[in-house]
Amino acid sequence: MTVADDFLDALSALDVSHDRTTLADLEATLADAVDEPAVGVPLHVDADLPDAVATTFTPSELQDAATGVTPARLGIAEYGSVLIRSSAGGDEPVSLSPERHVAVLAAEDVVATGRDAVDWLADEVAAGRGSHVLATGASATADMGGLVEGVHGPNEVHVVLVEDDEEVGDE
Amino acid sequence: MSSERKQKAAHIRHLLETEGPLIGPKVSSKNRDRYAAAERFEAWDGTRDEARAIKEAAIADLPELIEQLRESVEANGGTVYVADDAADANRYVTELCEEQGAETLVKSKSMTTEELELNDALEAADVDTYETDLGEFVIQLADESPSHIVGPALHKSREEIADLLNATFEPDEPLETAEEMTRFARDYLGERIREADVGVTGANFVFAESGSMALVTNEGNARKCAVTPDTHVAVTGIEKILPSVDEFGPFVDLISKAATGQDISRYVSLFTPPTASPTLDFESDEPIDFGDPTAETDDPDGDRAFHLVLVDNGRTEMREDDQLRETLYCIRCGACSNSCANFQAVGGHGFGGETYSGGIATGWEAGVHGMESAGEFNDLCTGCSRCVDACPVKIDIPWINTVVRDRLNRDADPDTFDHLVDGLSPDEEPSGLALDKRLFGNFERLAKLGSATAPVSNWLADAGPVRAGMERFLGVDRRRDLPRFRRETLVDWFDDRGPRVSSDDADREAVLYPDAYTNYVLVDRGKAAVRALEALDVRVHVPRVRSSGRAPLSQGMISTAEDHAHHVYAGLAEHIDARRDVVVVEPSALAMFEREYERLLAPKSAERLADASYEVMEYVYGMLENGGSPDALATPPEAVAYHSHCQGRTLDLEPYTVAVLEACGATVRTSDVECCGMAGSFGYKEAYYELSMDVGEELADQFADEPVVAASGTSCQEQLDALLGGEVPHAVELIAP
Ligand code: SF4
Repeated sequence: MTVADDFLDALSALDVSHDRTTLADLEATLADAVDEPAVGVPLHVDADLPDAVATTFTPSELQDAATGVTPARLGIAEYGSVLIRSSAGGDEPVSLSPERHVAVLAAEDVVATGRDAVDWLADEVAAGRGSHVLATGASATADMGGLVEGVHGPNEVHVVLVEDDEEVGDE
Repeated sequence: MSSERKQKAAHIRHLLETEGPLIGPKVSSKNRDRYAAAERFEAWDGTRDEARAIKEAAIADLPELIEQLRESVEANGGTVYVADDAADANRYVTELCEEQGAETLVKSKSMTTEELELNDALEAADVDTYETDLGEFVIQLADESPSHIVGPALHKSREEIADLLNATFEPDEPLETAEEMTRFARDYLGERIREADVGVTGANFVFAESGSMALVTNEGNARKCAVTPDTHVAVTGIEKILPSVDEFGPFVDLISKAATGQDISRYVSLFTPPTASPTLDFESDEPIDFGDPTAETDDPDGDRAFHLVLVDNGRTEMREDDQLRETLYCIRCGACSNSCANFQAVGGHGFGGETYSGGIATGWEAGVHGMESAGEFNDLCTGCSRCVDACPVKIDIPWINTVVRDRLNRDADPDTFDHLVDGLSPDEEPSGLALDKRLFGNFERLAKLGSATAPVSNWLADAGPVRAGMERFLGVDRRRDLPRFRRETLVDWFDDRGPRVSSDDADREAVLYPDAYTNYVLVDRGKAAVRALEALDVRVHVPRVRSSGRAPLSQGMISTAEDHAHHVYAGLAEHIDARRDVVVVEPSALAMFEREYERLLAPKSAERLADASYEVMEYVYGMLENGGSPDALATPPEAVAYHSHCQGRTLDLEPYTVAVLEACGATVRTSDVECCGMAGSFGYKEAYYELSMDVGEELADQFADEPVVAASGTSCQEQLDALLGGEVPHAVELIAP
């Protein structure tokens, strides 16, 4: 088992769905993965967002969006978490406000443990990138007399794992 | 005095009937989930040690860390204000709102702002304030205080919450399900967040080096409160500061597991405010002005203001207090509440003070609100020690409760009835100590007297008028059977009989420690222990040694307990020098040797005694492992149900009893409740009798159909006797020939 496999197992345990794709197919995969209207933050990998995902939008369009697409800078195999950088590009509200969050993660960015992620975070903070969130599954509460997903954040999380062309070919 | 006890009993009875049944199952399930999460996470114990060491160092360096934090937050473009007390903090926040012309403010859950009563101050300043954590939202609507530091509304049923929402908001369709209510709250509060001028959050951790802070939540409201409005105010205690993000790792791994049994919470956010995330103006039709998402460094959004309010409010004094300092290591996970049998029964409105609840609340309340608030509920900690294993930063929570109890004793007014027990009990304590405390704290003297005058003392104790008097003056509930003192003590019996294994034949030599209960009351279990050890070729000694000091310690009589500790050590030291093991029947006495003596004796003495001491079944297990044969022991009944003493559980002793009984041919079923509810003197006290029985019910239910029930602690034996009817033996009595 690779850490990426562990990561995908952890996602299933959290009821988080996923796609495995390659850079070349990413745009098409994303087009299938979003519910419209969709908003997004430009990707950190070398691919474009599909046309259905708006990157320019007003606060109320953000409010009405069904899906938000953002990069995920890291995945944690141990917990099934994705790490979203709270940058000027709006990752924080785009990953939080719409009902469905689609996170795009490069397979090589999956680390094994929470500790690995914190080490990485410490380096990021030192490099002047100081705001991130480790998001694990959908937002949830048990405060209203039963467990409910989808409170102030999304009630669906979907991870798109981008693997090298050869890796997928080898399978 | 007596009417005060009656009032307390009535308050507890009310909670046992109302909030306890709602909160109990929820916290018990979190407690079980914590065990499971800790089990899954291999590095649990080592990580706790790391976290503990980090907090110790951070609190030691606190003044420097505060200054470093101030510099880094200011360098980032934010402001730091250190507030001396609640009024100071509230003034700062309300003035800030005034300056900004803020009309509405949204908050995410923060116990520190509860401590400050910030919402009242905001209301007085005409700032509309909305709690956005759903539990806090419910509490705010109901105008109540949190009943649990993590789940503030755990004492409310779904129906109550629905009634509250329907009455407040009169929706077209009445809300009913958790799903409906959550949606409604999400929409309602989402709008409040979008409109708000100011967002207030707490902080779980703050990092001095970078001026960053961490927030751990499940709902996502803290993220929204922090980044949506133009102004973010974080209010947090000074104790939350860690040196740098490098120290964050152990806490990420521990906090959620300890709090809710989740491997990790849904959102663990690290902010370095003011953040680069764009502020959102929902009234504007202009597209959001995004910066460059690939920018190499954060460029804080120029429209965003950040204020960090660091609250002292008594914490500096706690830091200088050698006994209360540990409280500041607390990461507010609530595990000590969840693991506590009394908390499970009454919730935080019973086991809590002005703001904080659960075991550690005594330390917090004593530090931030004062002794009076701590005194209201301090007695509810029975010292069972189950929270010690639960706490992710290894705080000795029962010790903090004991220290505060001791201080409360010393502050007590001299009482006119002191003479009633004074003659019986010259002790090391101040006059004015509550009579029930003095009575139970001096159990050894009482037992000695009771034994010397048995059986008359037992008849007397059973007499109606005597029980009425004991209840009236001493607070001993008359529904409780009193211990029956035996005329012939264990030590006397052994003196007459002598050892049965000669020095030449002996594999080992051991001292059987005659704790006060085994010596004066449950003498049979002492005799059984002697016979079992001798059957395994142990040469046994039963010296005259004082009681361990557990009884006075549990009443907060630390000096008296210390006096006992010195005597006990003096009485056993020579035996230890003669390479004799110390075998202990009563788990609460062993826990004294292994845990509390560390604080009462010179370190080397405490270590020697602890190293030489074993619980009796643990010792039998060791003898069997080293070649002893179970055939030398008696055959126990085929099926045994066993309830391990709480302190025995904390010391991990249960497996030995189970293994020995199994080696001797029994199948063993163990209870999985944290505590039997009796806890030494606790269950005798008029104010707590019903709580004690309520806690015991769960155990009684588990064992209702068991033909043979055994227990290891005196209290557990007594409580099970009362609950199940009939005599509940110590496990060693089942295997002694
Ligand atoms: S004392 Fe320990 S267990 Fe209790 S809330 Fe604090 S950190 Fe958690």
